[in-house]
Amino acid sequence: MNTLFGEKKEGATKIVLKSVDEYPEAPVSLGTTLSNFTGDWRTFIPVIDDEKCVKCYICWKFCPEPAIFIREDGYVGVDYDYCKGCGICANECPTKAITMEKEEK
Amino acid sequence: MEYKPIRKVVSGNYAAAYAVKHARVEVVAAYPITPQTSIIEKIAEFIANDEIENIQYVPVESEHSAMAASIGASATGARAFTATSAQGLALMHEMLHWAAGARLPIVMVDVNRAMAPPWSVWDDQTDSLSQRDTGWMQFYAENNQEVYDGVLMAFKIAETVNLPAMVIESAFILSHTYDVVEMIPQELVDEFLPPRKPLYTLTDFDNPISVGALGTPSDYYEFRYKLAKAMEDAKKVIHEVGKEFGERFGRDYSQMIELYRTEDADFVFMGMGSLMGTVKQAVDLLREEGYKVGAAKVRWFRPFPSEELYELAKNVQAIAVLDRNFSFGQEGILFNEAKGALYNTDAKPLMKNYIVGLGGRDFTVNDVRKIAENMKAIIDKGELDVEVDWYHLKR
Ligand code: SF4
Ligand code: SF4
Repeated sequence: MNTLFGEKKEGATKIVLKSVDEYPEAPVSLGTTLSNFTGDWRTFIPVIDDEKCVKCYICWKFCPEPAIFIREDGYVGVDYDYCKGCGICANECPTKAITMEKEEK
Repeated sequence: MEYKPIRKVVSGNYAAAYAVKHARVEVVAAYPITPQTSIIEKIAEFIANDEIENIQYVPVESEHSAMAASIGASATGARAFTATSAQGLALMHEMLHWAAGARLPIVMVDVNRAMAPPWSVWDDQTDSLSQRDTGWMQFYAENNQEVYDGVLMAFKIAETVNLPAMVIESAFILSHTYDVVEMIPQELVDEFLPPRKPLYTLTDFDNPISVGALGTPSDYYEFRYKLAKAMEDAKKVIHEVGKEFGERFGRDYSQMIELYRTEDADFVFMGMGSLMGTVKQAVDLLREEGYKVGAAKVRWFRPFPSEELYELAKNVQAIAVLDRNFSFGQEGILFNEAKGALYNTDAKPLMKNYIVGLGGRDFTVNDVRKIAENMKAIIDKGELDVEVDWYHLKR
């Protein structure tokens, strides 16, 4: 099975294919746009308040990038390699558990 | 099983429909457009009469949707087919890039028809040649037999190199004219064209994929290279599949340019599609009259047979390129390609471009004779009169 970039490895910040031979025949990827690191687009960053979160996973559903993941304790976390800071999660969260804050870089 | 052809008298469009049936196509998505209409009508009739099994016919509302549905079907691993013509093909244009970029071996018949305005339903190659840069392979059929054979071979070639392919036939001259076509018994087609083995499939739920994801500047370029390479590699596959077809069924398609009486020719006529039938007949007559002429029929325009053209060009004094098409602001499209392909070689025959038959204008054996007389005068003088000749123009 040809996959575009495989799965993102633990701790890796970027998956880079070094030669044309490493590329699959067709531009098809496993799961989603895993190779497309949209994290550096961000100006605002979502901050999640676990106290308010009711684990409805609406944010996970609506996030347009593979950024929201479900933690082992059932609460949600954000993968900052992918979170582009669009604020959709904050807008959709029914309990206002997510706020967008200006990111200090 | 011994090969005994089944002879049927069919139009070019029906020849295409029978080939679709024999190729065991699984999805046909199409919108009717003249003169393609009878291809899909015949396929619909096959389905209505239970003459084809395991096929989905998707009647769509436009050619853009026809290609979109074909792309979706092909991405699930199905063998997909559609057909169109002229403005319909133009409407598909965006999706044609998509099919090639996603490396989906869809086969489509385009019934060559002039672009409007003025409105026209007659033969002209500008519709298909306008799609030159979409990444589709292009096969130009001379007659109904080549439409049938072309569709079967196109599936095999397309599914080997994972590129889509267009089989192109002339409006009315082939699409609606009846001729004897030798068809291949189903079992033998099955041996020649086994079920498709897709590169990837959307319906492999254990290995979910996304097709058409974003390609950033760090990756897009490599995928273009892969596409370019697949097109180059297709030349070898075309040769092999064409040879195999000849060995199995007696009609050899191993050459991307079919040469007719060119061995000792002083000059040759080069062109594509049905007009080359007329040219071959004219060559026979001209040979009797003492002209040492031959015909070079370009079967595959994409990938372009540069190497075969070079082999031809180094042995002739001149080439008359007959273009039933035109690229505005420049010249005939085949002429442009052929000159370009020879530029960095030592083969430099005199080359003249005759624009013929646009919008269905009749092109006859007598026209070929007049062109031969003109070519002879050019060769004797050693230089061109004009480079691009609007041959039929009322002056
Ligand atoms: S800000 Fe946008 S990209 Fe980031 S986690 Fe929320 S929805 Fe996803
Ligand atoms: S939408 Fe809000 S409440 Fe629901 S899981 Fe996400 S953060 Fe928690």
